[in-house]
Amino acid sequence: MTTSAISAGPASTAEALPAISLRGLGKSFGNVHAVHELDLEIRQGEFFSLLGPSGSGKTTVLRLIAGFELPTTGTIRLGGTDVTRSAPFERNVNTVFQDYALFPHLTVAKNVEYGLKLHGVPTAERKARVAEALEMIRLPQIADRLPSQLSGGQRQRVALARALVLRPEVLLLDEPLGALDKQLREQMQIELKQIQREVGITFVFVTHDQEEALTLSDRVAVFNEGKIQQVGSPEDLYQRPATEFVAGFLGSTNLLEGRLAAAITGSDALSSLRPERVRVGAPAAHERGVAGLVSESVFTGPGRRLVVAPDGFPEHTLLAEVPHGAPGSTLQRGERVQLAWPADAVYTVPRD
Amino acid sequence: MRPRRMSTTITPAPAPTLAPTRPRRGLGDRISTVLYRHGWLRLLGLLGLPMLWLGVLYLGSLALLLITAFWTTDSFTSQVIPAFTWENFSEILTVAAYRDTALRTIGIALAVTVLCAVIAIPLGLYMAKIASPRVRTWLAIGITLPLWAGYLVKVFSWRITFSDGGPLEWLLAPLGLSGPGYGATALVITLAYLWFPYMAVPVYTAFRSIPDNLFEASADLGGRAWRTVFSVALPLLKPALIAGSIFTFSLSLGDYIAAQFVGGKTQVIGTVIASNINLNPPLAAAFATVPILVVVLYLFLARKSGALKHF
Repeated sequence: MTTSAISAGPASTAEALPAISLRGLGKSFGNVHAVHELDLEIRQGEFFSLLGPSGSGKTTVLRLIAGFELPTTGTIRLGGTDVTRSAPFERNVNTVFQDYALFPHLTVAKNVEYGLKLHGVPTAERKARVAEALEMIRLPQIADRLPSQLSGGQRQRVALARALVLRPEVLLLDEPLGALDKQLREQMQIELKQIQREVGITFVFVTHDQEEALTLSDRVAVFNEGKIQQVGSPEDLYQRPATEFVAGFLGSTNLLEGRLAAAITGSDALSSLRPERVRVGAPAAHERGVAGLVSESVFTGPGRRLVVAPDGFPEHTLLAEVPHGAPGSTLQRGERVQLAWPADAVYTVPRD
Repeated sequence: MRPRRMSTTITPAPAPTLAPTRPRRGLGDRISTVLYRHGWLRLLGLLGLPMLWLGVLYLGSLALLLITAFWTTDSFTSQVIPAFTWENFSEILTVAAYRDTALRTIGIALAVTVLCAVIAIPLGLYMAKIASPRVRTWLAIGITLPLWAGYLVKVFSWRITFSDGGPLEWLLAPLGLSGPGYGATALVITLAYLWFPYMAVPVYTAFRSIPDNLFEASADLGGRAWRTVFSVALPLLKPALIAGSIFTFSLSLGDYIAAQFVGGKTQVIGTVIASNINLNPPLAAAFATVPILVVVLYLFLARKSGALKHF
């Protein structure tokens, strides 16, 4: 794949500056506060995800960066330049839209060429860059087709090529994989990551799919109700959630509180224990554990999910993910079980 | 053996128990059966009346008109003489006044069409993409309101508007301007008013069907407002503009009452036909073929452009 021509633009000279810097950014629609005053810095060349449930304000933040909406409060800087009140066509960012927004009356090549034409790129260079962009998305053969003749995955790639061909400082992606089926989505995730590495452009990726955010991103900002809950690497968010919301939103977890937490951790603070860190067996020296009754046993493919009622805490349940072949992977409902987990697998979570 | 047992369990219930549920066969049922068996009868039932109307009343009178165009008149009695001649057509093509009238009418119809489109595009954009649902409803009513009033009422109100010392003069006087008075300009404005709904409605509908994010995508890729209008909106509006222009153009081409009310001395095809219809019907008929040919040509071009695919 040749991608030399599509790489981070002039911004790469300003290495120290963040690609995007949001200060006190807020947006209200009438009485609805879509985004509360938030601060965020996105680094050069980063794959950064805005993750949150629908209505959490993540798409609004993306639209504010693109310039489709103007903020109620705060400033937006792109590579050090204040663009808070700039029009979309004055910002060196490009967007991949959720439903691609390809121009239905233009062929694939003309769609990709559109931005180059508007930027006054000479014809010969335009043709070369369009060919290169279509090469990058591995679809040089569909240049003359109309968007209506493409599959969902092809449209997605064309939208990507159309945005990247302009060599923006930042590429904004608004749930670009949302409309694809699971297999295609996973394949496109890998391709997106590869393309991002090759072009070195900062990607800001909006998604509600926590798994997608964790697999793709260098860093993730978790949104809820217009506020950022936590910013960090996928590991950080998963292992050390800063809020109850983050702990619950990313992956499944056992949120322990009250008497059970006190019995297990020695403190009645809210704490989290990931089901995949729980194993079946007697606790070793550095481990803690609990005995109980299997109240549900579900085959998940890679293993078995056990729902266990701990002895003495009939009102609570603990989830355990047991890999195929590991001890306890054949346990059935109604059987007795002993659970164990490393002491450091349990961590306290600040309450919201 | 399992298959055997299964077959015994699905034996249908005895026939007599089903009989009462079957409807009685009346005359209607028998007609339905006959229609079901003979496809051409169904087709006749569907198309009989429309075909009679279209074939006999509509095309029939058109054919009579065309035949008359090849006849001639007695110059003393104005009696039509059914004798074949090309004279009427050669007169239209050679007499400068007739030729100019035809060209002027086409020009007026084109001007009306362009004026309607130029007003309909920003209005349609506003209605479809910016206005609140409430404002949109009021505008939609406002646009279609002219269709509820009688044609003569509207034309006459424009006659008053353009009259000497009328409202338009009064309105423009403080600006040091004067109204156009009766003439071609007044005619174009009046016709544009009359046929505007036929352009505005399809253009508005087409704007509504363009997703918002196409405009955002264009801006995102560097398109300023005008560029977006020309590169994205207009190509996607083309079918609607052509559909609307078929109405505005052909209706303007055929109009002659507005020309009489606000056109002043401006002669259009319609007025020439009207003034000849009693004196020289064959010439009037020959002249009537001009707008027909122009509209047919226009439809042909529209069809070639692919805009009529939805019809």
